[in-house]
Amino acid sequence: MKKVITGNHTVSFGVKSARVEVIAAYPITPQTEVVEKLSEMVADGELKARFIKVESEHSAMAACIGASATGARAFTATSSQGLALMHEMLHWATGARVPVVMANINRSLGPPWNIWSEQTDSLSQRDTGWLQFYCENNQEILDTIIQAFKICEKVSLPGMVVLDAFYHSHTAEPVDIPDQKLVDRFLPPYNPEYKLDINDPHTFGGLTGPEYYYELRYKIQKAMVESVDIIKSVGKEYGNMTGRNYGLIEEYKTTGAKQLLVASGAMAETAKDAIDILRKKNKKVGLLRVRAFRPFPKEDLKKAMSKAEVVGVIDRNISLGNEGIFFQEIKSALYNEKRRPAIYGFIAGLGGRDVLEDEIVRIAEDISKRSFKKEITWVGAKI
Amino acid sequence: MKEIIFYGRGGQGAVIASRLLAAAAFKEGKSVQSFPFFGVERRGAPVTAYTRLSDTKIRKRVPIKTPDYVIVLDPTLLENIDVTKGLKKEGHIIINTKVPQSNFPFSKRFKVFTFDAAAIASKHKLGSKSAPIANTSLLGAFSKFTGEIGIDSLTESIAEGVAVKTEENVKAAKEAYEKAR
Repeated sequence: MKKVITGNHTVSFGVKSARVEVIAAYPITPQTEVVEKLSEMVADGELKARFIKVESEHSAMAACIGASATGARAFTATSSQGLALMHEMLHWATGARVPVVMANINRSLGPPWNIWSEQTDSLSQRDTGWLQFYCENNQEILDTIIQAFKICEKVSLPGMVVLDAFYHSHTAEPVDIPDQKLVDRFLPPYNPEYKLDINDPHTFGGLTGPEYYYELRYKIQKAMVESVDIIKSVGKEYGNMTGRNYGLIEEYKTTGAKQLLVASGAMAETAKDAIDILRKKNKKVGLLRVRAFRPFPKEDLKKAMSKAEVVGVIDRNISLGNEGIFFQEIKSALYNEKRRPAIYGFIAGLGGRDVLEDEIVRIAEDISKRSFKKEITWVGAKI
Repeated sequence: MKEIIFYGRGGQGAVIASRLLAAAAFKEGKSVQSFPFFGVERRGAPVTAYTRLSDTKIRKRVPIKTPDYVIVLDPTLLENIDVTKGLKKEGHIIINTKVPQSNFPFSKRFKVFTFDAAAIASKHKLGSKSAPIANTSLLGAFSKFTGEIGIDSLTESIAEGVAVKTEENVKAAKEAYEKAR
């Protein structure tokens, strides 16, 4: 069934399709209509779930961890400062190996107060051990929410589905919601091997000394590495069901491309229009869209960049004191390669500044010049 | 691709109108996109909403800069907002007002339609007497003036997308469509 819905409501419909059993959320700014719609669905009996209204995002995540530990499928949504407040609990969810799924609507961190799109909030959670998926349109948001539960439950790790404030959250566009019977077959009820059970009491996350903690961390890393193939196989299985295939990266018009742009999120979709403009001018430019940030798709990116001469990475985020975060990660992935492209970083769209297609065209034209040497460029900044 | 900007005030239904138009065009097989100006909305304050309609997939994720159509829900906005900004040369402006189009100086440069959508909204008791909600009536007029959307898809979209006074909104759109010249 196709519906014209906003990114926020798309998340809610994805959660409903996944038959989530517990939703815990804090309903005040920077919260979004994601949980408002879910609370309506629960109140109307359309979604058989427990909606727990809590007093902070920190508690929302704590409630989700508890629910997931009992074997319930759990979900929450947040943004910016709300995600920052959850930080401690994000590490907890990973250590407890609970497959909580969360939607994060990328919003800039204050002050100054700003509710517009920027990825620094979710990328600041890089080292918490959460899988992270960056979506380019509402259809992908719906599809990724459903897939995230399956992937996360297979590897016993939590996952974050990330969308852009406004560019997705408040934009209505057609979304195909797969038939519930198909989703039920794709995503059976969550039934973990170990769970909290009052009739068979165990402790989760108790004190563990140096003799075991180290190996537990190794196991989490191993699960992350294994999730690469699981994301691919789940994406393929989902594709067989819906015709929409997903991997960790997407290559757009990269055949024969000497120059590559790298982007993620909503901006990547605008970048495709820019690539079309450049291709019409006979420029050999392609786009790599990074969908999975954790696990980081090192091998896929290395392969996709193996024939490129120059790469421009566009980041709607910044690690202050260094550079764009995707830029750092990509450079690090390429370091041991024998043949590496020249690589330049572009900071763009912080605080929700629009990144227009002609700016993306200019980035591609700039990096194609042999004289271009600027490691970091602030696109369109009034500086 | 056709790009439409709605100018209204918070509470007049500009954002809903942009969604209803997108949903209606989707029924006609178009690729659609609808979004508000990315900001903080307050009742009475100026609100801008955007709709894109296309025969091919829409990938652009930025506000509309060069619209084909501009729809003004509240004529008082014309004092502060240049609604012709970026409007394509052959672009149209549709204004909810009793004032004839020749009164607007920009009617020399652009095709302007004026239509008293507020009167139709009042008749169907949409909004209050002093502040009628004319969004659906103006969409009916848009359908007639531009032919970009069929009245049947539009009324279907209104019937599905408007939860309050659904019947009245459908009737208002139909009446506006009949009366618009």
